[in-house]
Amino acid sequence: MPMIYVDGQEIVVKQGENILEACLNAGLDLPYFCWHPAMGSIGSCRQCALVQYQNEEDTRGRIVMGCMTQVSEGARFSLKAENATQFRKAVVESLMLNHPHDCPVCAEGGECHLQDMTVMVGHRDRRYTGKKNTYRNQYLGPLIEHEMNRCIACYRCERYYRDYAGGKDLGAQASHDHLYFGRHEEGVLESEFSGNLVEVCPTGVFTDKPFLKQYSRKWDLQSAPSICQGCAVGCNIAPGERYGKVKRVHNRYNDEVNGYFLCDRGRFGSGYLNSDLRLDYAGIKNPDGSFFAVHQQQALDTAVEWMAGKKVAAIGSPRASLEANYLLRELVGSKNFAPGFSDQEADLIGSIVNILQTTKSINPSIKQIETADAVLILGEDVTNTAPRVALALRQSVRNKAFELAEQMGLPPWQDAAIRNLAQDQRSPMTVVSAMDTRLDDVASTCVSLAPDDIAAFGHAVAAALAGETTDNTEADAAAQMLKAAKNPLIVSGSSMAHQGIINSAAAVADALNQATTMLSFCVPECNSLGLALMVADGSSSSLKALAKRAAKLDALIVLENDLYRRGDKELIDQLLASGTKVITLDMYENDTLDQSDLVMAAASYAESQGTLVSSEGRAQRFYPVHSPAAERLPSWQWLLRLAKITGHKKLAKLENFDQIVVACAKSSPLFAGLVDVAPLNNFRDRGSKIPRQTHRYSGRTAMNSDVSVHEPQQPKDHESPLSYSMEGLNRDQPASLIPFVWAPGWNSNQSLQKFQSEVDGPLKGGSSGVRLISSSQTGAEISPQVGKIILKPHQWHLVPMEQIHGSDELSSHTDEIAELAGRGFVAIGRKVAEKLAVTEGDGLLVKQGEIECSLEVRILSRVAKNCIGYSAGYSETQGLTAGSLVGLEVDKAWRRSGPEMIASDKAAFEQVIGGGGASNV
Amino acid sequence: MSNAKMIQSDISSVLTSQEMAEIDHELEHIPYKSGAAIDALKIVQAGRGWVSDESLQAIAKYLDMSAEELEGVATFYNLIYRRPVGEKVILFCDSVSCWISGCDGIKQTISDTLGIDYGETTEDNRYTLLPVPCLGACDRAPVMMVGDDLITHLDDNKISEIFASSKSGGQS
Repeated sequence: MPMIYVDGQEIVVKQGENILEACLNAGLDLPYFCWHPAMGSIGSCRQCALVQYQNEEDTRGRIVMGCMTQVSEGARFSLKAENATQFRKAVVESLMLNHPHDCPVCAEGGECHLQDMTVMVGHRDRRYTGKKNTYRNQYLGPLIEHEMNRCIACYRCERYYRDYAGGKDLGAQASHDHLYFGRHEEGVLESEFSGNLVEVCPTGVFTDKPFLKQYSRKWDLQSAPSICQGCAVGCNIAPGERYGKVKRVHNRYNDEVNGYFLCDRGRFGSGYLNSDLRLDYAGIKNPDGSFFAVHQQQALDTAVEWMAGKKVAAIGSPRASLEANYLLRELVGSKNFAPGFSDQEADLIGSIVNILQTTKSINPSIKQIETADAVLILGEDVTNTAPRVALALRQSVRNKAFELAEQMGLPPWQDAAIRNLAQDQRSPMTVVSAMDTRLDDVASTCVSLAPDDIAAFGHAVAAALAGETTDNTEADAAAQMLKAAKNPLIVSGSSMAHQGIINSAAAVADALNQATTMLSFCVPECNSLGLALMVADGSSSSLKALAKRAAKLDALIVLENDLYRRGDKELIDQLLASGTKVITLDMYENDTLDQSDLVMAAASYAESQGTLVSSEGRAQRFYPVHSPAAERLPSWQWLLRLAKITGHKKLAKLENFDQIVVACAKSSPLFAGLVDVAPLNNFRDRGSKIPRQTHRYSGRTAMNSDVSVHEPQQPKDHESPLSYSMEGLNRDQPASLIPFVWAPGWNSNQSLQKFQSEVDGPLKGGSSGVRLISSSQTGAEISPQVGKIILKPHQWHLVPMEQIHGSDELSSHTDEIAELAGRGFVAIGRKVAEKLAVTEGDGLLVKQGEIECSLEVRILSRVAKNCIGYSAGYSETQGLTAGSLVGLEVDKAWRRSGPEMIASDKAAFEQVIGGGGASNV
Repeated sequence: MSNAKMIQSDISSVLTSQEMAEIDHELEHIPYKSGAAIDALKIVQAGRGWVSDESLQAIAKYLDMSAEELEGVATFYNLIYRRPVGEKVILFCDSVSCWISGCDGIKQTISDTLGIDYGETTEDNRYTLLPVPCLGACDRAPVMMVGDDLITHLDDNKISEIFASSKSGGQS
């Protein structure tokens, strides 16, 4: 490894890295703006200037840009040289010419990279007395606020949004001192990853709009390490709370999972936590159907009365923690426990778990997915089912560019040069789906097939890989593509609700028979995989089986699960029939709750701790951000108390969370790794717990004086190594215990580099999470059988279309997400639309047996023959079954929603005089 | 109409067949469609005087670009006009040679004569006044272009002569 000199100090650096990275790795504070560890260097902002000397005799040296200068053996640099410090100071001064003095009212204030850099270079007094540019801002949708006056023209937003995330509707406009970053015209940002602009922008041009409505400074937020509950990817998040409200969600770095970025569902989809639908108290149903609020003990006593010596069954939930599910299963016994999947889902996820345990392929982390140089996607619209994985797939197609760069001797961080070199050359990606997917724009081949045919396609690829001749040229081409790759990746999942597709993906992976083959499955919910592992022994029941026994059951416990989303109404009604006492633990009002006799108010993920297993098989711990409000309790605590009162033989001995984890780990060899997921409750860093609050956390003793002037005691956290306090150290601890990032002089999220072992590397405390599933050498057992549905005339094959905004149960209760989700829709091809004489926004009736759904028309560019899509998980489409055969006719009673804009957009739009665009006044 | 929703028939309702033919001709010489962006903007501007939002969206669609991408190109160059301009554009050089030769005073005369400042168009829609950094005729400074004509050795008399028919009545 080369050695360089910085201000006379010898530094050992990594071959090929640039001097900015080398300085940051050495712990030196070299200011920068445009460079980003995930996006490389373009040398645009001129901030990381330092002096390079030719040799020992050279005393003058020359100014170079740190991010654009590669390290070489013996090279000499100075950060402290007068001309370098003056240069950096002058750069900030010039950036500040047009920057407003609005820090006190700016949402970035206190976590602003520009503030940090300004202080770091020592620019204090402003000499410029001229007029500042002012810009017209744009309405960019409900998630992102735009304030162009603050822009320092680093180009990070455009490089992130377009180059990294593949968005098309945000760009740089005009030039020199009236440069503008925005849309061509006002409107909602199209990218599913727009929220990262908030963290990518080094100042306050793009800020978190929902956060602005209930703003607190970063230093006033109480945060905890958490895991996103929006999908099964398991992105690490750091929600921030104040006054009992979760105010915003920031990314929490995990080099193997989400890196620096989240999707918009993950970042903005937690608004439901503050919703009025949340339950504060336990309740017992009155004869008139309303609920009577009761104290925790009373609820427990009532439950025990209904359960003691009776026949009790229980239903778990893929959106509840492993610990809560485990307790519930032990409480009622495995035979009386249904995991709470719909029966279709149970089969699909069960078989995915089975495949992952037996396949020879790697079940990749997101970091590994980014290394793929050929991708075959079978049936998934990954951007909508596992969004963060789709962002990684967008990076994987750039491996061709990096390969070309390597041949030219270009280091991978030379971003502009590499993009110039590669132009639109990409690594191959074949997307086989029934309709448009949001990755079509980077795919080399898109194939539109009905679900059965996708499965057949997969098996044809497997056959071609096995050397058989097929009559399918597209499948042959896909086989060739995978064979030629160093790191081939096959992506599939459960969203099409089709067993054959999942099997065919496994068949392709095993037919490749290569040690580096990756096989990734998208599953629906944050703990789908964990729950499937729990019931993998086959001893548990199912919704259907429980429904059959419903009449004989005395009580039924439902854990965090709206069953009406899991099966048809008839089945669930039968399950919750009046003879059975239904006890529900949940955090918000829903249809299942309405049918219950006793409700226990469950704490949300932000108020409790637990373990989730991601689609990668990674078990990760989330911690409470704040203590539960009112009389909410984490589900695991409700269940543990219940077990203790009933004197459950095994569970009554458990005293705390850690002991539940140990018991759960012992319950199945698959869970052995659970004990290593995160440090135990007694972990201390230099004698202290890890503080959830920053050093500067203000008003701790006064912030609740509107309720009571008595100074309250801080809540105690007896279950985790984190404290509700500002006392203690937030530094170098295990990765799973970092509540927020901050370092002296680095108030913004760029302080992350002080927590990383090296730039873009793992955290100093490692990569959090433990992978529970490892691939085997046996190869999956797959039945190659694929069904073939024969359609009658006027029948359509109904294909579910998961939507990032709208399909997820909980995030849909967030206003902004609901606005983006829009109305439930039916998706058809252009030809069908012409035949039916409908256009976008018209209404169609989808008839599935006796169920009739009136849905808005969306027209897609690519739809498989005889297929129509529907927005899965929407209230309008509840009752429709994936894969069923349906009729389709024009809805004559349909009323189109108003002009292209919805009401809330319109109000915001009218506030802005005239249109948008790059017009500086 | 947003660009995303614009379909083929919309393009041909905005761009003339002549314009499309000229753009097609440019496309023959380049490997990437987006490479013809500047030429396509010039083609459309040549016929219409400026590039409207609608034209820009149609060109973007024609070249498989997003409107934002093309907007970036269009607004980068100050000789692509994204607002309507007069029949003739006055490109007035305010760069160093012309400045030494006293262009500031001459600019004031133009403004007084026509009643417009930089970026403005006369009421009769005949002239738009814009600054340019250099016209490559420093030896004959001060200079400006009016439409396609280069006018050199400017002085107040010459200005009065050129704009004789457009006297504004001396408002400043």
